[in-house]
Amino acid sequence: MKCSEFLQELTNYLDGALDDRTKSELEDHLAWCHNCYVVCDTTKKTIEIYRDSELYELPDDLRGRLRSAIMTKCQQHKKKGQESI
Amino acid sequence: MSAIQPKVGEPVTEELALVQAAKGGDVSAFEDLVKRYDRNVFRIAQHITQNREDAEDVVQDAFLKAYSNLEQFQGQSKFYTWLVRIAVNEALMKLRRRRPERTVSLDEDVKTEEDSVPREIADWSPNPEQLYKQAELKEILSKTIQGLPPSFRTVFVLRDVEGLSTEETADALDLSIPAVKSRLLRARLQLRERLSKYFQKRESGDGKK
Repeated sequence: MKCSEFLQELTNYLDGALDDRTKSELEDHLAWCHNCYVVCDTTKKTIEIYRDSELYELPDDLRGRLRSAIMTKCQQHKKKGQESI
Repeated sequence: MSAIQPKVGEPVTEELALVQAAKGGDVSAFEDLVKRYDRNVFRIAQHITQNREDAEDVVQDAFLKAYSNLEQFQGQSKFYTWLVRIAVNEALMKLRRRRPERTVSLDEDVKTEEDSVPREIADWSPNPEQLYKQAELKEILSKTIQGLPPSFRTVFVLRDVEGLSTEETADALDLSIPAVKSRLLRARLQLRERLSKYFQKRESGDGKK
């Protein structure tokens, strides 16, 4: 397996979406190709860092304000719908 | 090396019951759906728009649109996937308004200079996230993802941050499965490439500049 072929399958490999045979070919390649091992390992870390980062968390006070605004508009929408019947 | 573990989803039947109740006029059932997904919608909106005020508007507009169009939700997909589709469209509209000079489309299949050939292949520190203070780390991650084209960061945030499956992402974005996979691979590799300069092992040992 060439490095370019490994790279094409990287996403499927990290997502656990490969059949046993292809997975085993990829792991054989990883065992001797240090560069692909590093790319694979650091890509996995990239995903984990973003997933665990709590980036753009919704603060509680803003959350409360948004929800209250949404529910007021939903009530208005419901009322309008009832009036038009 | 093991595969990334997917997030575990909420039970779908309970959610459908809430949707049915909301369709029948129970506004508090809809409020339960808002509470369940407002954090996710905010995160997705901010990732796409990269603007806090726009993200706040998207949360309000997306839930109101979902409420007004509940009758159109037939239950073929999960409610959350349907809501994400609405939220992504609202967020892209905001982005287009702010950047009228640039094309903002999920269909764009951008070829960038970096593309998908790894150039930075130095190994990272064992615990890269511990090299920086929490606020610094968030700044780095935010700045890094902002550099990706909107279509790439949208696919990345749905698949890897929110934990939607490839099929759900394709459904929410109206893209084919190969298109989702291709954008995801390039998004992951480009983020990895850009983060390498912050996280790679240094000769001094502690990883900091």
